[in-house]
Amino acid sequence: MTTTAATPVFYLTEEEHHEPGGFTNLGFWIYLMSDCLIFAVLFATYGVLGASLAGGPGPRDLFDLSLVALNTTMLLLSSITYGFAMLAMHRMDQKETIKWLAITGLFGAAFIAIELYEFRHLIHEGAGPWRSGFLSAFFALVGTHGLHVSFGILWLIVSIVQVRAKGLIPANQRRLTCLSLFWHFLDVVWIGVFTFVYLMGVLR
Amino acid sequence: MSAGHPEAAHGAHEARHGAHHDPHEAPHGTYESYTRGFVLSVILTAIPFILVMFRPIDSAGYTAAIVLACALIQILVHMIYFLHMSPKAEGGWLLLSTVFTIVLVVIALAGSLWIVYHLNSNMMPSMGEMPNIERPYDE
Amino acid sequence: MAIEQHIPTTFLFGRLTWEAFPIHEPILVATFAGVVLGGLALLGAITYFRLWGFLWKEWFTSVDHKKIGIMYIVLGIVMLLRGFADAVMMRLQQALAFNGSEGYLPAHHYDQVFTAHGVIMIFFVAMPLVTGFMNFVMPLQIGARDVAFPFLNNFSFWMTVGGAVITMVSLFVGEYAQTGWLAYPPLSGIANSPYVGVDYYIWGLQVAGVGTTLSGINLIVTIIKMRCPGMTMMRMPIFTWTALCSNILIVAAFPVFTALLVLLALDRYVGTNFFTADNGGNPMMYVNLVWIWGHPEVYILILPAFGIFSEVTSTFSGKRLFGYSSMVYATVCITVLSYIVWLHHFFTMGSGASVNSFFGITTMIISIPTGAKLFNWLFTMFRGRIRYEPPMMWTVAFMLTFTIGGMTGVLLAVPPADFVLHNSLFLIAHFHNVIIGGVVFGLFAGIQFWFPKAFGFKLEPFWGKVSFWCWLTGYWLAFTPLYVLGLMGVTRRMRVFDDPSLQIWFLIAAIGAGVIACGIAAFLIQIGVSILRRDQLRDTTGDPWDGRTLEWATSSPPPAYNFAFTPVVREIDAWWDMKSAGYVRPTSGFIPIHMPKNTPAGMILAGLAVVCGLALVWYIWWLAALSFLGLIGYAIWHTFNYNRDYHIPATQVTATEDARGQLLAGRA
Repeated sequence: MTTTAATPVFYLTEEEHHEPGGFTNLGFWIYLMSDCLIFAVLFATYGVLGASLAGGPGPRDLFDLSLVALNTTMLLLSSITYGFAMLAMHRMDQKETIKWLAITGLFGAAFIAIELYEFRHLIHEGAGPWRSGFLSAFFALVGTHGLHVSFGILWLIVSIVQVRAKGLIPANQRRLTCLSLFWHFLDVVWIGVFTFVYLMGVLR
Repeated sequence: MSAGHPEAAHGAHEARHGAHHDPHEAPHGTYESYTRGFVLSVILTAIPFILVMFRPIDSAGYTAAIVLACALIQILVHMIYFLHMSPKAEGGWLLLSTVFTIVLVVIALAGSLWIVYHLNSNMMPSMGEMPNIERPYDE
Repeated sequence: MAIEQHIPTTFLFGRLTWEAFPIHEPILVATFAGVVLGGLALLGAITYFRLWGFLWKEWFTSVDHKKIGIMYIVLGIVMLLRGFADAVMMRLQQALAFNGSEGYLPAHHYDQVFTAHGVIMIFFVAMPLVTGFMNFVMPLQIGARDVAFPFLNNFSFWMTVGGAVITMVSLFVGEYAQTGWLAYPPLSGIANSPYVGVDYYIWGLQVAGVGTTLSGINLIVTIIKMRCPGMTMMRMPIFTWTALCSNILIVAAFPVFTALLVLLALDRYVGTNFFTADNGGNPMMYVNLVWIWGHPEVYILILPAFGIFSEVTSTFSGKRLFGYSSMVYATVCITVLSYIVWLHHFFTMGSGASVNSFFGITTMIISIPTGAKLFNWLFTMFRGRIRYEPPMMWTVAFMLTFTIGGMTGVLLAVPPADFVLHNSLFLIAHFHNVIIGGVVFGLFAGIQFWFPKAFGFKLEPFWGKVSFWCWLTGYWLAFTPLYVLGLMGVTRRMRVFDDPSLQIWFLIAAIGAGVIACGIAAFLIQIGVSILRRDQLRDTTGDPWDGRTLEWATSSPPPAYNFAFTPVVREIDAWWDMKSAGYVRPTSGFIPIHMPKNTPAGMILAGLAVVCGLALVWYIWWLAALSFLGLIGYAIWHTFNYNRDYHIPATQVTATEDARGQLLAGRA
């Protein structure tokens, strides 16, 4: 210390220990909150346009709840498998981590495949996004969620490659933690989607 | 809640004073907490699907209320067991930002629905049945 | 479907043909020639003085928050010239187009001018300037070495530049939107705006918007996580508080705009029916959503300006800011309230008495915390030793001008009054009154105030005062007539007028615009003169104004690492407290400092985003796909670079600090 005991401390004489990326968790969370508002806009649009059928088919005619239930199962399973990946990561078990990440990716891919099948089916029936305000809003909301999941799968693949290349170093752990937030966040959004769009739509 | 990870939450204190920063500081769950969250989610997903697909309750109103309640509870379950939300995570900023976002989402959703409902009924009377709404232009 | 267009599309060039280049429009050809000549001169000069390497290494790829802040401000000032040129063109057109004259701007051109003016002034002048100040000043004020995510900061900056580039390209290739700055559908839909104007609007703002959102996240985390020891939330400088609230608004509002533009783009490109007038679309939903973003947006701009005024007032009154905590609470109140007033932008759309009165009342309530702030500034000045240097002059002018603008705003908040004044020139006068009188004055105060910190010499005060008086009188000359015209019922965005008795008011307004032009010129002269006389104006102390906050504790310009040792804070006005408690600058014991490395990745990513945006504007699908894949691929490749930081060796820190010691000794 360059100061004597009497004078107050004006500065630290040692470098503060900022782990590089020690802010990533909070930063990524705030990003997710901003993403949340994107979904809020899409939900609001669906809420406003949901009854604008323009003489076209409505939710009751279109939605196949057993398919949605299957899809929801896929996403829910992928959530718990990602949880197992995180547990393995905290045990520093690289092999297990990669295994569970891969399984998560497969469930995610199954989710996307089912969703694409549903979209294809709808378009085939003449219920494409251009048919009515309701269908535009439906495809935008569900499609945006699907795009997020697809991006998550891409990220999963990149993460697996990175963990293989560099091991479970702190930077990779941080990235996997962020991806876990992303993945579980999408699950939360999906709860909103299947409740408001599918279940309420059929109920209405 | 016993769910989160009390000793892990300490990483959330004011970042500057913590000398021991490491990526492990973010609170994370245990095998039990993940499983508990998963089981609860399965139940909370199954109930609304069964209610709507098989309609054991005739009243659409009650069914909708239960479906909504399940969704809200399940969102909480996910936040606690999967996203490891806790009042202490990141010095409370995580929770604060989440609450703020929820407030804004509610404002945007409720506001939009309220406003456009009125706009539709006033300006595009064919779109909504709402005969008693105030119409400033009718006078 | 309305999508079928008669615009020929080729695979290789999409909709881009030779007709897109406006070689038959003399005004544009002359402008283009001017831009090309000026650009060539600039590039030639850079090459001649061998500055490319320097610019690339020290600036373009820099992750230093100070340099990025300065680059934002340069971008804002350059775009101000473009946006102001649009303003002068409008004023001239409206002053001329009487007595059967059509003026000199055809409708097609005039409509683009007023759209571009609004978009550029908000997104590419006010936003970069505000973000620039937050970038430059805030980390210094909280005693940090950089922002939380330095690379992201560089990327955000280049995305903002990218948005500006896309918008500027529209001047010479194709056309810009003719819809007004918010592009309301159905006018902005493909049926009514079939050509590329609105597409330029969408992709320009989308690219810039990504940068803005990411920068908002970055600065929030910086403020929350990187404050130096002892700086609790209630000891943060007011500018940092306003920066925090402004960035919270950015993160919470810009995603709404991003999502909205995607929906509008889907309507235009895919043929969906969100905002179309038929097939169940609802154009009113667009107006509703755009203002959920748009109202917080104006507070994003004004809050940091309030912060600047707070710093300036207390510094130049030689007093601690009056009512610090009430200032903080007022700022937070405004942040939350700004989310529940958006409908006041469309009272007349027909939502009825209950909705209108709710939003009218919330709008009036928001003036209360704003008023509290004004009283705080006045009480800070009360019995202070006020020094009327240029930053303080801008502040006092702001207090007078902004108060009037605020009062006309409260007037417009009354729905019945708004029914009379909606979309009139009264509204135009009101929002220029608060944006020029609030944001622009604040930014000029900030430039005068922090310029010595950024460059190590003060701005020359004479030309600063000329610029100030020109702006102030010019503002009132230009906009008082618009208040009058608005009360007489003249609506905005008119190109020609029938009533000759109105012309005098437009002439006065045009003269006002001319006086403002003199103000801008004087400002540029001020910078030139100051550079020439920089040795006389040199600030060797690092504290030229007898400042109160931490940015004045380090040298001017600050070293790359900002502070050799991280400061410890005990008080609100940390530097003032240190000065009065007998702070002695450390001269030995320096240690290596951990810093982030420069990287070209931000520029490359933003460049790819610009290519993608332009390809989408022109329907060049192969290029859009290719550049998008390139963007994703390069981003992934970038994540494989784990080696992103380095240490400044202790010897280098010692050398820098010794040099400063000699400078300080030489002064004494």
